[in-house]
Amino acid sequence: MKLREIAHSRTGDKGNTSNISVIAFDPANYEFLREQVTADRVRALFAGIVHGDVTRFEMPTIGALNFVLKEALGGGVTRSLALDAHGKSLSSALLDLDLPQAPHFPKSDAEMTP
Amino acid sequence: MRTIRIGSGAGYSGDRIEPAIELAEKGDIQYLGFECLAERTIALAQQEKMKNPESGYDPLLERRMRAVLAICKAKGIKIITNMGAANPEAAAKKTVKIAKELGIKNLKIAAVAGDDVLEVCKQGNFSFLEIEGSVADLGNRVLSANAYLGAEPIVRALQAGADVVITGRVGDPALFLAPLIHEFGWASDDWDMLGRGALVGHLLECAGQITGGYFADPGFKDVDGLARLGFPIGEVSEDGSLVITKVEGSGGAVTEATCKEQLLYEVHDPANYIQPDVVADFSKVTVRQIGPDRVSISGATGRPATATFKTSVGYIDSYIGEGQMSYAGPGALPRAKLALDIVRQRLELCGVQLSESRFDMIGSNALHGGELSEGHDPYEVRIRAVGRTNSLAEAVLIGNEVETLYTNGPAGGGGAFKSAREVIAVASVLVPKELASPTMQLFEV
Repeated sequence: MKLREIAHSRTGDKGNTSNISVIAFDPANYEFLREQVTADRVRALFAGIVHGDVTRFEMPTIGALNFVLKEALGGGVTRSLALDAHGKSLSSALLDLDLPQAPHFPKSDAEMTP
Repeated sequence: MRTIRIGSGAGYSGDRIEPAIELAEKGDIQYLGFECLAERTIALAQQEKMKNPESGYDPLLERRMRAVLAICKAKGIKIITNMGAANPEAAAKKTVKIAKELGIKNLKIAAVAGDDVLEVCKQGNFSFLEIEGSVADLGNRVLSANAYLGAEPIVRALQAGADVVITGRVGDPALFLAPLIHEFGWASDDWDMLGRGALVGHLLECAGQITGGYFADPGFKDVDGLARLGFPIGEVSEDGSLVITKVEGSGGAVTEATCKEQLLYEVHDPANYIQPDVVADFSKVTVRQIGPDRVSISGATGRPATATFKTSVGYIDSYIGEGQMSYAGPGALPRAKLALDIVRQRLELCGVQLSESRFDMIGSNALHGGELSEGHDPYEVRIRAVGRTNSLAEAVLIGNEVETLYTNGPAGGGGAFKSAREVIAVASVLVPKELASPTMQLFEV
C-alpha cells in the first residue's frame, strides 16, 4: 500500500531547509509509521534533490513525524532556479512511498476525523 | 475565565480580501491580524523606499484598510499587521489618510519600527547562518537587514490605545501573541504562557492554511467550499488554552487533521520553536475535535528567549534568465529533449557564462528530477531552461535561445516564454538584542 492511504503531509520551507510532516489519519498507525518511514528511507527517496542531512522528529501526541531536510531547496527559496522554489510539492512525492499492509487500515475503532 | 477571539485576515501579502471582511463582520472578534511579509518582501520594499521615501509598504495595504477599517472601528476590533514592511511610518500615514477619506474619527494608528538594523550589520562582524561569509563580505550588494522583533513594541502600542498597529519585520506569531500579553497581562518571563501564545500565533499566521486551505486531496482529504474559504478565529483564554474555529457557514473545515498539518508547517524541532519572545515547545501538544469546525489545542510550553534577534539580510545575489516552450502529442518527450539539447549547445556556442543551470521538462521531471519521475510519459511537456548569470544582459540570452527554437528547433514547439530578472536573495544573521531599538509612534485621526 501507499503511504498516502494512511497519512497526510505538508511541506514547509525556511531558507535552504525543507520540512515535511507525515501525519497518521488514524493515530493507531503511528507506531507503524515510526517503524516504516525512517530518516534513511526519506534520505534515499530524495537522494537527487536533498544534499544535506535528514533528521526525523517524533510527535507521538498527534501521531506525526516531522522530517527536516537540509540543503533541499536549490540554495534557498529566494535564489533557487527550481520551478517549485519552495519545494511545496515534495510532500506529494513522499506520500507515494510503498509500505507493507498497515495494521489499522481500513480504519480502526479509534476516533478519526473526517 | 476571560476569553478573547482573534481573527487572521491574511496568510501572505497577496491573500484574498473578502475572508477578512467576513471575519470583521461576523466573526465576533476583538482583534484582526494580517501577516503579509515573506522572507524576501522587505528587501524588495526597501528598494521601493529608496526610489520613493513615501513607499516601501505592502502594495495591498490600501485595499485591505479600505475593506475593513470602517467595520473594525464600528465594532471596536483592533487591527495588527506587518504590512508596514520597509516603511511602517508611511503605511501609518497612508492609513490616516484612508481613515479621513472614509469619515472615520477618533482612530489611533501606531507605527512600530526599529527592526531596520542595516547599519549595525554593516559595521559589525556578522556571519551568515545558511551561506558562507559575512554581511561585510557582500559590500554594497547588501540592501536591507531587518530583525525579527518581538511582541513588546506592539504591546506598547496597544497599551497606548492604538486601534491599528502597523509594523515592519516582527516574528509572525508576535502579531497574535501581542494582544494576548496586552489583554491578559502575561509577564515577559512567564515562559509557558508565552509558549502557548506563540502556538496561537503560529497556528493563525497562515490564515486559510488551518481552515482547510492547502489541504484538499480529492478522495483522500476532501474539503468543501474552497472558493469561499473561511479564515480562522483563535479563541484564547487567560490560561492560554486555545480553540480554533471559523465563521459559521463559511467554506473550508477546521478538523484535527487541518490543525495538525499547520502545527508542523515550517517547524523544524517541535521542542525548540525559536521566537524573539520565547523558545516554544510544541512537542507535547494535543489536538482534539470538540465540535463542528471547533478544535481544541493545548500542551505548549516555553523556555527563556535567546539573547539574539534572527535578522534577514537582503542582498543582490545574481541574475536569472529563463525560457519555456511546449511540445505535445506523439514524440513530445523526445522533441522536448532535443530542444533542451539544442539550447544547451547554443548557450555554449554563444559563450553565456552560467554559474548554475537547470534544463527541465515540465510535465515530466521539473519538480522532482529524473529518478522519481521515471516511467511516466506525458502527453504534453514544456521545456524550461534556466540559469544563473553575473549580468542581466547574459540572463536575457537564455530566454532568447529558447525562443529561437521556433524557427530553429524541433517540430511543433509552441507557447514560448522568456524572462530575465535580478535576484534579491535573503540570508540570516543573529544580532544581539541590545543592538536593536524597537520604536512606536502614534498617529491620530
